[in-house]
Amino acid sequence: MRAILSILRKEFLQLRRDPKLFPVIFISPILQLLLLGYAANLDVKNIPSVVCDMDRSAASRGLIDEYLNSGYFSVAARVERMDEVDRYLDNGRAAMAFIIPRGFGDDVAAGRRASIMLIADGSESQSATIGVNYGAMIAARHNQKIILERFERARGLGLKPVLVKAEVRVWYNPELRSRNFMVPGVLGLILMIMTTVLASIGIVREREAGTMEQLIVTPIRPYQLIVGKLLPFAIIGLIDAIFVIAVARGWFGVPVRGSVPLLFALCLAFMLNTLGVGLFVSTISRTQQQAMLTSLFFIMPQIMLSGFVFPIENMPKFFQAVTTIVPLRYFFIIIRGIMLKGAGWRHLWPQAAALMVLGTLILTLSVARFQKKLD
Amino acid sequence: MLHAFIGPVMRKEVRQIRRDTRSLVFMILIPAFLLVVFGFALNFDVKHVPLAIVDLEGSRLSRELAEKFRTTEYFEVKATLDRTGDIDDLMAREKIKAALVIPATFSEDLLAGRSPSVQFLLDGANAMSGTTAAGYAASILQSYSQRTTLEALERRGAGGMTLPLATEVRVWYNPELKSARFLLPGLMAFILMVILTTSTAFSIVREKERGTMEQLAVSPLPAAALIVGKLVPYVVISLASAHLVLGLGWVLFGVGIKGNYFLLLLGMVLFLVAGLGQGILISAITRTQQVAFLLSVLTTILPTFILSGFVFPIRNMPTVIQLVTYFVPARYFLVVLRSIILKGAGLPAFWGQMLLLAGFAGSTLALSVALLRTGDGRERRRAGRDA
Repeated sequence: MRAILSILRKEFLQLRRDPKLFPVIFISPILQLLLLGYAANLDVKNIPSVVCDMDRSAASRGLIDEYLNSGYFSVAARVERMDEVDRYLDNGRAAMAFIIPRGFGDDVAAGRRASIMLIADGSESQSATIGVNYGAMIAARHNQKIILERFERARGLGLKPVLVKAEVRVWYNPELRSRNFMVPGVLGLILMIMTTVLASIGIVREREAGTMEQLIVTPIRPYQLIVGKLLPFAIIGLIDAIFVIAVARGWFGVPVRGSVPLLFALCLAFMLNTLGVGLFVSTISRTQQQAMLTSLFFIMPQIMLSGFVFPIENMPKFFQAVTTIVPLRYFFIIIRGIMLKGAGWRHLWPQAAALMVLGTLILTLSVARFQKKLD
Repeated sequence: MLHAFIGPVMRKEVRQIRRDTRSLVFMILIPAFLLVVFGFALNFDVKHVPLAIVDLEGSRLSRELAEKFRTTEYFEVKATLDRTGDIDDLMAREKIKAALVIPATFSEDLLAGRSPSVQFLLDGANAMSGTTAAGYAASILQSYSQRTTLEALERRGAGGMTLPLATEVRVWYNPELKSARFLLPGLMAFILMVILTTSTAFSIVREKERGTMEQLAVSPLPAAALIVGKLVPYVVISLASAHLVLGLGWVLFGVGIKGNYFLLLLGMVLFLVAGLGQGILISAITRTQQVAFLLSVLTTILPTFILSGFVFPIRNMPTVIQLVTYFVPARYFLVVLRSIILKGAGLPAFWGQMLLLAGFAGSTLALSVALLRTGDGRERRRAGRDA
């Protein structure tokens, strides 16, 4: 125990030697969280749209109003001619266009089939999908209205439109704020990046500086060395977690509905994985630069395949299988479960078990490699 | 005068890069590897949303409505329940993300001409897929309603009624709304940015840590020559890497270059210098490789991912954050890439972005030179004193 403590002391002394390290470790997570908390805004409302009303009739204005009043679209410009639409979409000042051709009002009045055109900028990720979806729905609703009006005039049967209404209830995040989803995610990313990077570099540096040999000849056992080396990073990770959760809750009002002790306990389980990967990287790298690039090689796929932004159920089956060995995937379900859904051990034990199994595996593997290197 | 010094610095840097083969291979291959993995794995589509159906009525009409949700690719029915009480548990475990509850009075209301309402319960944690899923549900219900109305009209002898409105939907630049086309430019900018900044983040700080910076400082080498000499080999490496990425995007994902290649090349060089410049700047202000690495990862991964417009539209951000995005070079590059690759637009659509990109690249380099010069002066004076 004393051996571990002395290594721990040495590590902290060494970390303190670079005066810029602590600000980077402790302040940057908060800065990142603040930036991203405000930036992560996917509320796809007010998609800027070009309106090209070539008809200018009461009917065309009515339809356009219906689009604009829906809240999904806002007017970026009103143009007269079709070719002007190009310009707005080309330079990205609008993401949608509504085009109503001449004769629209007459067609509607005469009971002919009237057509409108909806253009979406397909290079812009989600707005296009959502815009097209809502645009088509508004057109369908308008359709139904016209049919009934026509019918009413013709027969006067007083038939009311049958509308199956969706009573949408949103759980966990009633206002559908993207922030509530992203902010807990940042906790996972920060923990992973900090601990993996620090662990991978911390050990390689010792080797690069030649001080590893000195440590080996001391009577310290390898496991003490590893624990003493990794523990400071776990402590740093926990402190970061406290900061991030405090800011998420205090500043952004992201709820923490579940048990906080459980959250921290599972943070530790997660860090078994990240520190394990860091240690593993350090056993296969000679220089700090190699360690850095190698850990990026582990970090970046984890971020993308974890369900941070891209839902796992949309991935091809093969990649869905790959994500089962991504620890961050389980940790995200845990953080979001505890913070947003108030989930407890009863719901989350499978994820916790996965973290423990994966963490033990990678850590055992790296310790084995590490010992071999020591000899 | 300056270029006489650049050559030797470049040669030294090249020798150093060649000594570490793995790092070199990684710098060239990681972007390509990640692009392939992400390109195949990721998409922005919201499809197969796991759904539970709770049909409290179990009539012909209610089953008909449920069938509509079963047959669309937007939802995947994971559970059919008899009571609403079980939804809670399934959602907390993330087994389902939405639930459709058809009330016991559904067909009664429908046949009586009253508008029945169904419940659509949604896991709102992920706002994006939540919004989209709600939209899908709404449009399925809308088309169901429309059909029912038409049928009712038909029963009253108003058959043969056609829909008065025809909506023609066109998606430009990406007609099939293919995800690869959405994603590729963003992924390219993201992956390259991270690798660029991290590859040069060590360039200067390593010399500081090893003590070789003092040797450079006492030599008559101008700071600008040091920076340029260190930069050029990395520009060449990353240009190769960027072309590999572009080529793979074309071969594997069919995303070719619609616009002018030379404009793209110009934009690429500007972006590469900007990313590498950010790394050099980080290297100039830090003292240990550890901090340099942390800073380069922290200033690239999340900011590029979130502040570049790749995932979240910049126009939705608060003004202050929109200002911050001007310090994220990927933001400009993304516009350039989308314009040239997808839209085939010409310079008028993005010349401003090119200028800003050049400005960012220039100022990181100028700042690094200035920092190095003052640092140099100090070191030089110290060296003089010691002598």
